[in-house]
Amino acid sequence: MATAESTPAKADLYEKGTVHADDLSSATVKDGVLFDVKDLEVYFPIQQGFFKAMVATEKKFVKAVDRVSFQIMQGEILALVGESGCGKTTTGRTLLRLEDPTGGHILYKGLPVEKFAAKTLRAYRKKAQIIFQDPYNSINPKQTIFDIVAEPLEVNNVCSSEREKEERVIKAINEAGLRPATEYLYRYPHELSGGQRQRVCIAGATVLEPDVIVADEPVASLDVSIRNDILKLMVEEKEKLGVTYIFITHDLSLAWVISDRIAVMYLGRIVEIGETEEVVANPQHPYTKALISVIPVPDPLAKREHVILKGETPNPVDIPSGCRFHPRCPEAIEACKEIDPPDVRITGDHYAACIRIDR
Amino acid sequence: MSAAKAKAIAPAKKPAERIAHKGILEVRGLTTYFKLGVGDVKAVQNVSFDLEPGESLGLAGESGCGKTTAALSILKLLPENGRIVSGDVLFDGRNLAKRTEFGMSKIRWKEISIIFQGAMNALNPVKETGKQIAEPIQLHEGLSEGKAMVRVRELYDLVGISQKRVMDFPHQLSGGMRQRAMIAMALACNPKLVIGDEPTTALDVMVQAQILELIERLRKELDLSFILISHDLSVMAETCDKGVIMYAGEVVESGTTADIFNSATHPYTRQLIKAFPNIHEKREMVSSIRGDPPNLVSPPAGCGFCPRCDEKVARCETEHPEMVEVQAGHFVRCVHAKSQRSDALVRGDEAAPDLKGV
Repeated sequence: MATAESTPAKADLYEKGTVHADDLSSATVKDGVLFDVKDLEVYFPIQQGFFKAMVATEKKFVKAVDRVSFQIMQGEILALVGESGCGKTTTGRTLLRLEDPTGGHILYKGLPVEKFAAKTLRAYRKKAQIIFQDPYNSINPKQTIFDIVAEPLEVNNVCSSEREKEERVIKAINEAGLRPATEYLYRYPHELSGGQRQRVCIAGATVLEPDVIVADEPVASLDVSIRNDILKLMVEEKEKLGVTYIFITHDLSLAWVISDRIAVMYLGRIVEIGETEEVVANPQHPYTKALISVIPVPDPLAKREHVILKGETPNPVDIPSGCRFHPRCPEAIEACKEIDPPDVRITGDHYAACIRIDR
Repeated sequence: MSAAKAKAIAPAKKPAERIAHKGILEVRGLTTYFKLGVGDVKAVQNVSFDLEPGESLGLAGESGCGKTTAALSILKLLPENGRIVSGDVLFDGRNLAKRTEFGMSKIRWKEISIIFQGAMNALNPVKETGKQIAEPIQLHEGLSEGKAMVRVRELYDLVGISQKRVMDFPHQLSGGMRQRAMIAMALACNPKLVIGDEPTTALDVMVQAQILELIERLRKELDLSFILISHDLSVMAETCDKGVIMYAGEVVESGTTADIFNSATHPYTRQLIKAFPNIHEKREMVSSIRGDPPNLVSPPAGCGFCPRCDEKVARCETEHPEMVEVQAGHFVRCVHAKSQRSDALVRGDEAAPDLKGV
């Protein structure tokens, strides 16, 4: 089924397009692996002035994601955790092909996402949705809640009648916890609180009944009491609807609360990945150890040792040699400057990339 | 002395002599309203707390609970529609609530300074960061810009930014460095009291830890008193000696941080603490507080938290609870608090069955 698009111009435009929509609809999950990401690279070229572009010998890139490999199981919540600039958001967006990878593969149900043709991509995006951080900017203030949630249905032309559309919208809004849904249908975003708006975003993402939702810092702009409701909602939807979540967050303690597995990212690389409780209770990579040690704890009597790293995350244009964490690592040795550490298996699914781990 | 001159201008009740005081700051019955078309928003009502020299105090609560307004009232930095209706702010024996604008200008930054939340918005984007920090020094100490810059370089050393960055514009600094520059600015005139309004909220965890460590070190070195305003109770637990929990413009619980976190008594405090995950304990879903805070234009007659409270009884709806001292220095505003001793609450205990029986 590997034929190009009809006209040559189109084929050129979608050069990568070799996977067809039919392939996607017939693809199935094998061994519970929904996504298999292998050596994913996403580089962004740096805009240079005309003169520099003429003189410069090599083009420079921001290496947002630099050879990342991991799997996402069907029906799990995988948390991508790291500081700003570590590439967690880019990884999430690339999974949905909102960014094009510059190298490596993303296999969705065994099919390479980077080779999806335009039509396949449309079908794919019915199955893969995203929730953004700020519910104040990510929904249209001029549309009613009904229109916002119905838009994905209209764009993808999935409803045969107005009635079916209405039913599906009401179901999605109800499931997102705005009950009774009929009371919210014809309101506008400004009439809702931040938490309610985020529920509208979630309803918009779930109305197509997707397999996977990338939640990019969904609670970062919400108050504590509302935040926990949204987290609960994600867990509920995972359990009831079987939605797979990729939960992108800078807050390891929130990842710990709801996720099944955690992947800790640093400067475009996953440094540690494993079952949530295992990673938090038994962190192996020095970066993970430091991140866990600085999480504030609501208990003044428990004075814990903080491992505070010096400086800030380096620029992802000039990534340090060897282990990219070595300039800030409290446990670094000479060899760390040269050896790019491979993943070391700790137990089961728990891997960490550090040469100092005893196998 | 400038303060004496300011005193002469201010219509002080007790001229010449300072009011007897224990701590560096005593806030007594502070009440602040904002005028809106629909009526007065009662943002802060009858708030009292005090601070000893060298102590750190955390003001915490959900957004809209009045924590920032309370702090801005101390400095009288309220927006135009805001006013202090009643109450006293006794700072070092002077009542700031009764001071004139001119009188306040002698105190702001010289004796009390503030670190704002968004360092990018709080700094002037078209002026070198160092020169901005020099401004209060020139103003309050009457130094020339050159002499003030010498002090700015020392401050950069103190907060851990390279002296080479003095002439950088704010956009050239990273988020963490901008926050450090804000701290340097707050310390420019050797104040006695520094207020941090969500100083680490927009920062990454690791940078947050660096900034909190810096504040802690400076507080010890310079013997500063510090008020931390934060919505994040865990940050307050880690950095403060004393805590004040606010809800709907009122203080609902105050005491040492150990009192608040280890024998929390007000239902709101307990629910708020449970909303924060504790990574060192058993993994469980964090709970949320149902409902919304009340409208502060017409606050409810009874307890403000009553509609959201699991432990309410009939009189909660009609009777406005008074502050009760459940233990020395540990105050709670709840009708249940009278008949209850906080030492009955063992850490981790729900204590709810006891309360229901009241």
